[in-house]
Amino acid sequence: MALLEVKDLGIQFGGLKAVDGFHMEIGDNELIGLIGPNGAGKTTVFNMLTGVYQPTDGEILFDGSSISGLTTYEVTKKHMARTFQNIRLYKEMSVSDNIKTSCSVRRKYSLIDAIFHTGKYYKVEQENEEQVQKLLKMFGLEDKADLLAKNLPYGDQRRLEIARALATEPKLLLLDEPAAGMNPQETEDLAVFIKWIKDEFKISILLIEHDMKLVMGICEKITVLNFGKIIAEGTPKEIQNNPQVIEAYIGRKK
Amino acid sequence: MQKNMKKGIIKIVIVVLVFILAKFLIREGIIGAYTERIIITVGINIILALSLNLIIGYTGQLALGHAAFMAVGAYVSAIFTTKLNLPFVPAIILGAVAGGAAGFLIGWPILRLKGDYLAICTLGFGEIVKVLIQNIEYVGAARGFSGIKLFTTFGWIFLFTVLAYILIKRVVNSVYGRDMRAVSQDEIAAEAMGVNAFRAKLLGFIIGCAMAAFAGGLYAHYLMFIDPVSFDFNKSTEILTFVVLGGIGSTSGSVAGAVILTVLPEALRGFGDFIKTYRMLIYSIMIVILMIFRPQGIMGNRELSLQNLMKKGNTFNIKGGEKDGIA
Ligand SMILES: Nc1ncnc2c1ncn2[C@@H]1O[C@H](COP(=O)(O)OP(=O)(O)OP(=O)(O)O)[C@@H](O)[C@H]1O
Ligand SMILES: [Mg+2]
Repeated sequence: MALLEVKDLGIQFGGLKAVDGFHMEIGDNELIGLIGPNGAGKTTVFNMLTGVYQPTDGEILFDGSSISGLTTYEVTKKHMARTFQNIRLYKEMSVSDNIKTSCSVRRKYSLIDAIFHTGKYYKVEQENEEQVQKLLKMFGLEDKADLLAKNLPYGDQRRLEIARALATEPKLLLLDEPAAGMNPQETEDLAVFIKWIKDEFKISILLIEHDMKLVMGICEKITVLNFGKIIAEGTPKEIQNNPQVIEAYIGRKK
Repeated sequence: MQKNMKKGIIKIVIVVLVFILAKFLIREGIIGAYTERIIITVGINIILALSLNLIIGYTGQLALGHAAFMAVGAYVSAIFTTKLNLPFVPAIILGAVAGGAAGFLIGWPILRLKGDYLAICTLGFGEIVKVLIQNIEYVGAARGFSGIKLFTTFGWIFLFTVLAYILIKRVVNSVYGRDMRAVSQDEIAAEAMGVNAFRAKLLGFIIGCAMAAFAGGLYAHYLMFIDPVSFDFNKSTEILTFVVLGGIGSTSGSVAGAVILTVLPEALRGFGDFIKTYRMLIYSIMIVILMIFRPQGIMGNRELSLQNLMKKGNTFNIKGGEKDGIA
């Protein structure tokens, strides 16, 4: 069975149908792209999947159960995590604390353990610390562990967001324009990195991205949104040659 | 863990030595009754500052009626010791429980909302508590509650201040404290990372309220007389000043803020007539000057610890070399 199954998903803001009749299926260990012009409704899809917005229509099945109506943190507990288009780090917290906060979804202790520093407190803190160190190393951030997140260079901030999401141990990772604001070289490195994450963590990734080269290069399947509706879906090759997609992106050819 | 143990033992030894020294100085009369009184006030104010800092500095919620929770603790504990003959410690613990319960009743509906509604509600709660007490004859109404026994000695204050500091430190350095900070920085991101923002805020608020109530119990059994106006908006503002001046979000800053702002006005008494007359004016001007030159407070949001002192350069430079990030 598919990891994520979305049927007929829709949301309305006042009179505007921001997303309408959206559907998608993601299997285990797949890398899927979600593209479309500005304002097409891509981020809105993420917000519905993660419970930030409650959809007006449709159904979301994730990992065998319906997650419609769950709050954002409940969805995360069910092993779905995301990053944000506009970076939303905990700016005044250290790089390692940014990641460590996510660890508490999986490993926690009671307030009593925290106050009396019981064995369980030390054990869990130790495990979380190890997890943080592992991620810091993978993301090349170990030298910057004690910096405040806001003092990181831009590219590192983008990557820290991914590391922080991975620390919640997702089965499905949603990346919202991770290459935004990066130069071509950085974008290329990121593409390799995203593919590597998918294989290393054995997770599925749903990627929103404007950079065509990045999406076409690494995604196995792509869904194209325009004005809230799916106008095409298929392999990168099929999408590249789809006349409707070309029209949506560069306008009708005369 | 071995290292933690060793550090813990060193800390305990330091605390015990300080206590013995202070006790000795008091007994020998080197620390007089007047100075002892200031020290006790400092202790109570440290607990108050720590408790408010947990709410403002860690959960990021603005609370403007902190003295009202102090009042709850003061009155409840005083009723238990004075009218029901309960021993001191259980009484102030019950006072703290009452303060925590009041915090729960306010926080439960309010903290679900996103935005600064707590500020207005706590402000309102402050007024309600005052008016309520003014009308309850059982606790002396507006005349005040007198005949409370003196229980709060230097020893108790020392013990409870140290315990309050340890409690706050441990809460803050746990998953619960990190959740609170994450929520205060970016609630949407924190929820997306699996944090129940409402629970995190409520927990911080309840602990803060209970601790303020505990301080209220100590206060009542030290002054032996309490009345509604001792816990009005001015008192809440005073506690807020400790936190802001010390540095919002810094536990050691709250301690520094409470100590300086309690000792300063007393110290100014010692000078000539001019300063004595304009004592409070000078005090206010000094706060204004400090806020102009160090708006982030004495400590900013950093912490003072043995470790930081040893590798000073490192920790104290965190805020330097800021780079522009596009967010
Ligand atoms: N909370 C909201 N209230 C009202 N309208 C909204 C809301 N969120 C999104 N929209 C509208 O929904 C549409 C889709 O927005 P969305 O952010 O999903 O686009 P997008 O595909 O992510 O675009 P971009 O590439 O610019 O990020 C837009 O017209 C937007 O204005
Ligand atoms: Mg978007």
